[in-house]
Amino acid sequence: MNAAPQFEPAAGDTVLAARNIVKSYGGTHALKGVNFDIRRGEVTTLFGENGAGKSTLMKILSGVETPTSGSIELDGRPVVFSSTVDARDRGISIIHQELSLAPNLSVRDNIFMGRELRGATGLDFAEEARQTRMLMVDLEEDIDPMTLVQDLRLGQQQIVEIARALSVDSRILIMDEPTSALSATEVEVLFKVIRDLTARGVSIVYISHHLEEALQITDHAVVLRDGTITATGKAKNIDLEWIVRNMVGENFDLGSPPTGYAFGDVALSIDDVSIADVSGSDRLVVDRLSLDVRAGEIVCIYGLMGAGRTELLECVAGRLPVTGGRVLLEGDDISRLSIAERINRGLVLVPEDRQRDGLVQTMTVGANLSLASIGAFVKGMLLSRSQERSLIDGTIRDVRVKTAGAGAPIGSLSGGNQQKVVIGKMLTTDPKVMLLDEPSRGIDVGAKAEVFRLLGERAAQGLAVVFSTSEVAECLGIAHRIIVMRRGRISAQFGADVTKEQIMAASGEAVLV
Amino acid sequence: MTSASQNSSRSGPRTSSGGFSLAKLLLEGRAFLALMVIILVFSMLSPYYFSLGNFLTMASHVAIFGILAVGMLLVILNGGIDLSVGSTLGLSGVVAGFLMQGVQLQTLGVVLFPPVWVVVVLICVLGALVGLVNGVLIAWLKVPAFVATLGMLYVVRGAALLMTNGLTYNDLGGKPELGNTGFDWLGFNRLFGIPIGVLVMVVIAIIGSIILNRTAFGRWLYASGGNERAAELSGVPVKKVQVSVYMLSGICASVAGLILSSELTSAGPTAGNSYELTAIAAVVIGGAALTGGRGNIRGTLVGAFVIGFLSDGLVIIGVSAYWQTVFTGAVIVLAVLLNAIQYRRRVKLPGSNGGPSTSPQQAGKARTADPAHEKIAG
Repeated sequence: MNAAPQFEPAAGDTVLAARNIVKSYGGTHALKGVNFDIRRGEVTTLFGENGAGKSTLMKILSGVETPTSGSIELDGRPVVFSSTVDARDRGISIIHQELSLAPNLSVRDNIFMGRELRGATGLDFAEEARQTRMLMVDLEEDIDPMTLVQDLRLGQQQIVEIARALSVDSRILIMDEPTSALSATEVEVLFKVIRDLTARGVSIVYISHHLEEALQITDHAVVLRDGTITATGKAKNIDLEWIVRNMVGENFDLGSPPTGYAFGDVALSIDDVSIADVSGSDRLVVDRLSLDVRAGEIVCIYGLMGAGRTELLECVAGRLPVTGGRVLLEGDDISRLSIAERINRGLVLVPEDRQRDGLVQTMTVGANLSLASIGAFVKGMLLSRSQERSLIDGTIRDVRVKTAGAGAPIGSLSGGNQQKVVIGKMLTTDPKVMLLDEPSRGIDVGAKAEVFRLLGERAAQGLAVVFSTSEVAECLGIAHRIIVMRRGRISAQFGADVTKEQIMAASGEAVLV
Repeated sequence: MTSASQNSSRSGPRTSSGGFSLAKLLLEGRAFLALMVIILVFSMLSPYYFSLGNFLTMASHVAIFGILAVGMLLVILNGGIDLSVGSTLGLSGVVAGFLMQGVQLQTLGVVLFPPVWVVVVLICVLGALVGLVNGVLIAWLKVPAFVATLGMLYVVRGAALLMTNGLTYNDLGGKPELGNTGFDWLGFNRLFGIPIGVLVMVVIAIIGSIILNRTAFGRWLYASGGNERAAELSGVPVKKVQVSVYMLSGICASVAGLILSSELTSAGPTAGNSYELTAIAAVVIGGAALTGGRGNIRGTLVGAFVIGFLSDGLVIIGVSAYWQTVFTGAVIVLAVLLNAIQYRRRVKLPGSNGGPSTSPQQAGKARTADPAHEKIAG
C-alpha cells in the first residue's frame, strides 16, 4: 500500500510532526497551536482529559479532518492529507475510538473494505480470508473470517478494528482508546503486538484513559489540556502523579459548594435502578444503583466512558426505560411517566450532546429558550407573544447568554452560550431537580465557571442538581457530594474535601500509592 | 422560517450589510420573483394571459394544489412526507359522490340523502382517518414516512377503485326535493367574483399560518422537525404532533377532493393521481427544506402559484403537454438547487453579532444523527 520511502529515518527520529495546529469548531477552539512529534519505532502516548483535544489532533494527523491553521510534516516535508485514504496511502492509519466497522459484513470483508484484493476472476476472497486468519493468529484471537461483525462481542469487534489497521502495513499507527472494551489478556496480546511493530520500526501513537496501562507501553508521553500541550517527557522520567498533575492542572477555580443553607427534603430518589444495554447484550449498563439527592444539594457523578453515567441520567429523565427499580420524585414513583410528564413535575435533563439533543438548529435563540415552557403562554388558543418575549428576555439576562438578541440564529452563539441556552430553556420550566450530563463538554474554562456558578446559585434557591463529568477537576468545584461510578455501580462516595487521586482511584483510572 | 423572521424583525437593530442584501433578497424572494417573471413572460407571449378573468381561472386551478400543499407543508416541516394525499383526494371525491347518490340502509329499507354540509364533514373525517393511519404507522410503529404513505397511496386508491368498480359518479347536483343540493356551489360559485375554491384555499392558508406562528402546536411542529431529539427532551409531545400533521394533511386532501369533484361535476376514482408530487414541488419551490424545520405558508402558496401559472401559461400559448412536464420538472430542480445554496449560505455566514456560526459539519452531524438513532431505538 505505502510506497517504500527512500529515506529511512533512524529510530527516535521524527517521522510525522504537527506544527502549530489550530482547530476551531464555530466558537470553540479544540486545539490552540499544538506541536506534536511522532518518533520512529516508538510509542508516543497522548494523555488528556475528555475534551482536551486528543481525538481532534489524531483526526487531523490521519486525514479525517483538516486543521483550521498549521501544518503537518511527513519525513520533514510539509504534507496535506486530502482524505483518510490519502493518509493511509502514505502509511498512516488510525484505530478509531468509535468503532467504524460495518456490522452487516463479515470480518474478512471489513478488514479489506475499500481495498479489496483483486484476483484473476474478480476478487480474491481466498487470499483475503488467508490474510485475515493470519492477523487473527497474530492477535491470538479465535475468530473465523466469515463471522459477521454484528455477531461478535464488543471486545472482539475492537480486535477486528485493530486487525484492519494492522493489515495495511502502516508506518504510523494511531490507536485512539483501543483497549476500552478489551479484557486484560487481550490487552496483553495487543501490547505484545505493539512491541513487535515498534521493533520493526513502526511508530505508534497511543491514547488511553487507563493511565497505568498506557504507562506500561509508552516510550514518550505528551500531555494535552484544553487544546494545548502542557508537558512532554520520556517514560523513564515520568510517573502517574506527573501525568495526573499535568492533565488536570492546578490553578483552575470552578468555585466551591454553596453554603449557608440547609438542604431540604429528598427531591430525587433513585431506588435500586438497573438499566439494560441498548445494544442487546445481557450486561446491565447500570446495575442496582441507589442514590438520594436533597433539595439544594449538588451531586457530581464522576466516571470513565462506559461507566453508565449517561444511561443513568437519561433513564431518570425518561428517555431510557428502567429494567429494574424505581425513580421517585419527591416521593412519587415517576418510572412510568413520559419525558414531558416528568418535566411538568419538575425533573429536567440537560443532555450531553447539545448539538444533537439540546438545540433545534433551525430555530432562533428565543424560540429555543421558550421551547420547553411554550405551553404556559397559551391564551385561549394562541400564544401570548408579550409573555413569551418577557420570559425569553428575562432568561437571557438570568443565565447571561451573550447574543445579539432573541432573534439571532442559535448557530451564531459560542459553545458556552449555546449551553447556557439549553440550561436556561430547562430552567424556564421551574424545575425541582436538574440533571446535567457533562455540562462542561466542549466549552471553554470561562464559560465552565459561569455555568457552575449559575448552578450554585440555583441550588442555593432549593434546586437539586446532579451533574456528571469526566474531568476530575470539576468534581472539586461546586459539588457537595461526589459519586464515582464504575461499571454501572457506585464505587465510592466522597464529600467535598476529596482529592483528585482518591476520585481517580475509585474510577479505576489510576491507583496511586 | 416565519417565526424566525418575525422575531428578528422585532429584536432591535440588526446590521444589514449593504450590497449583499440585494442578493439575499433575490435569493429569499426567489419564488415570488419567479412568479413575476412567469406572469411577465406569458403576458408578452399571449394577449389572453394578463386578464382578471384568466387569473381567476388559473387561481381556481391553483387552489387544489395550494390546499394540498398547505397540508404537505405541515408534514414536511415536521420532517416527514405524505405521498397519500393524491389518493385521499380521489377517495374523498368518490365517497362524496357515493353519499350524494344516497345511502341505502338495507336493514331499515330506507335510502338516506345526507345534506351537503354533512357530506363535507364526513369527508373531512375520512381524510383525518387516512392521516391518522399514516401518523400511527409513522409515529408509533416507526414505519418510515415515505414507505407508510406510499403504502397508503396504493391502499386508498384501491379503495376508491373498489367502491366504484372503476366507474365515475357523474351526478353530484343533488335534488331539491331530497334537500341535498348545493354541492356545485363549491366548484362553481363565486363570492365577490372570486371562485369559492380560491377562497377556501385562502382560509386554509390563514388558519395554517396562525397554527404555525401563533400556537404552541406550531412551535412544537417546527421544533420536532428541526431536531426531534431536542424537542422530545424539552417536553414536546413529538408523537402527538407527528400524528396531528398527517391528520391535517389528510383533511386538506379531502377538502381539495370535494372542490375538485364539484368543479368537474363528477367524482372519478383516479382523480388526483400524482397530485402529491405537485404538492411536494410547491412546498419545495416555496423554500421549505425537506429535512424539516424550515419553511412557511407564504412561500408554499407562491410555490403553488408558480407551478399553476406556469403550466396554464404553457397551455395558453399552445406548448405541448409533454413540454409542460419538462418545464415543471426543471423549475423544481432549480428550486431545490437554490434551497441548497440558501441553507449552505446561512450556515456559513456568521450571525449579525459577529459570532462564529456552527460549522457545517457539526450541523450536518446533528441532523444525520437523528434517523440513525431512531433506527436503534425502534
